[in-house]
Amino acid sequence: MVNIVVCVKAVPDPSFSDKLKIDPVTKSLPRLDIPLVINPLDSRALEAALQIKNKYGAHITILSMGPPPAGNIVRECLALGADKGILLTDPAFAGADAFATAYTLAKAIEKNGAVDVVFCGMASSDGATEWVGPEIATFLNMPVITMVREIVDDQGDEWIVKADYEHGYRMVKLKLPAVITVTRDLNHPKPLSFSGIIKARSKEISEWDHEKLEIPVERVGLKGSPTKVTEMTRLENRRNVKMIEGSLQEKVERLVQILSNAGVV
Amino acid sequence: MSTDNTAVFVIAEQMVGGIQPISLQLLGKARLLADELGTTVGAVLLGQNLTNDVHKLIAAGADLVLQADSESLVPYQSELYTEIIVKLMVEHRPEILLIGSTFIGRELAPLIAARLETGLTAHCIELVIGGEGALEQRIPAYGGMITIVCPEKRPQMATVANGVFPTPVLNPARLGEVISIQVPKNLPQRVQTLEIIREKLEGISLETASVVVAGGAGAGDQEGWDQIEELAGILNAGFGSTRPAVDAGWTELETMIGQSGRMVNPDVYIGVGLSGELQHMVGILGAKIMIAINKDAKASVFEKVDYGVVEDCRVFVPALVERLKNKESTTGKVTHVI
Repeated sequence: MVNIVVCVKAVPDPSFSDKLKIDPVTKSLPRLDIPLVINPLDSRALEAALQIKNKYGAHITILSMGPPPAGNIVRECLALGADKGILLTDPAFAGADAFATAYTLAKAIEKNGAVDVVFCGMASSDGATEWVGPEIATFLNMPVITMVREIVDDQGDEWIVKADYEHGYRMVKLKLPAVITVTRDLNHPKPLSFSGIIKARSKEISEWDHEKLEIPVERVGLKGSPTKVTEMTRLENRRNVKMIEGSLQEKVERLVQILSNAGVV
Repeated sequence: MSTDNTAVFVIAEQMVGGIQPISLQLLGKARLLADELGTTVGAVLLGQNLTNDVHKLIAAGADLVLQADSESLVPYQSELYTEIIVKLMVEHRPEILLIGSTFIGRELAPLIAARLETGLTAHCIELVIGGEGALEQRIPAYGGMITIVCPEKRPQMATVANGVFPTPVLNPARLGEVISIQVPKNLPQRVQTLEIIREKLEGISLETASVVVAGGAGAGDQEGWDQIEELAGILNAGFGSTRPAVDAGWTELETMIGQSGRMVNPDVYIGVGLSGELQHMVGILGAKIMIAINKDAKASVFEKVDYGVVEDCRVFVPALVERLKNKESTTGKVTHVI
């Protein structure tokens, strides 16, 4: 039986990204009730774990750090076929950068017990750093391969994977236990099923805080983060737009003229 | 000459074909930062047959190059590279460490940062020395710019994508010190890069194209996407994308323009069916003429371009393509200008 941990992040629904803009007056983000969804790349990480479970049998733990509503995302992962959920939730975790997040997640993985593979999305759609997976690996003293696009051989404890590289890919062999961060090319996540949702009701979600993890409060959240955000500024318009008006054909003609003047056609 | 504890360091990368522009760009920036701080520039280069590349690093601004030249370093091996670089950073204790946002850089940077227990800012588009010599690291987010600092831990680490900073003019007369590093033996190799496979490059290079067409979610489906690609083909343009288009599966991640993707510098940019998210738009700040086509008159892209067309690209692009094809047939020649 393979023990798998999948790290998932509840992120603001990307389709609301137009609303989440820096306020030019307060220079901060407005407080909005934007619905949380699973970070799209993390659903690929879960699908990779589910495929291993289907082939060889596996026990899948979902690990997420976030405010209490992030529990819904963990529940969704259980409905998709994961076995157990852990939500790391604690006001002290707020404001964590990638380093503090990875440290907290790594401590939770240790506490959870034996693990063969940790799957993460290669980046989050909101924070857009790619550091959490490799930093978890460092704290767990495990090897990592980032940006994996294909698992070529997953038998035994030596796997072969393809990982992204400029104009090509890397063929890499790795020895488990290991951390793997995945790209969107790896697989296509399946939708929720009704029976999955029913089954998830009886599955367990634990909530852990920093005391449960036995880590000092200085190591988590904003306090445990080496980086700080000091300033948010709204960017001003850089260009004065001329709108091209008229019928469809008139707009086409005008654009061809602009391209012609620029020497393009 | 040796570096003091306040140096600015760059991890240079030897790829197929030698040192890439990104490493030289980072050295050019490191030189400016170091001059402002009154300190030196160090570079680390791991690979094989490094002599020419080491000279280039010095010509681009390095005062000191720490090099490890060994066949065990080709291809890239993450554990070996991490061990060597962490040891060097502990020894030299730089203030600032810059790494390119290449695939290898993006894997190595967090491995190094976690081992050094320091902060790391992803894909910066501006690096400025601020109050008390702190490195202000700027990234685009939420329709604006966020400034990040690393007040206590050192080095202050940042990754930067190719093309954010200009490639410096190389000065072959510059002098610098070169120190050779022994490659540690008998390290655990839990991860082993077996080989790096390069796939054939197709189409026009985005970085050098004089015209760039970029498509976004407004394409709607693969058919809409293919229409935009046809437009790019007729204009002899580089064809780029936004993250939603990549997410939709219409194109490869490598075509994505912006903060964590490609930086382009065309004479003419045409954004088709894209909303104008800053993470994309920072990839094309250098364009001379910018044009946007979007069916939503309120799309923020219209604040960031010179010419705007409010039309559904699925209607407008085929009409434009048709018109351009006719132009070619009536004049009897293809009027591509490079």
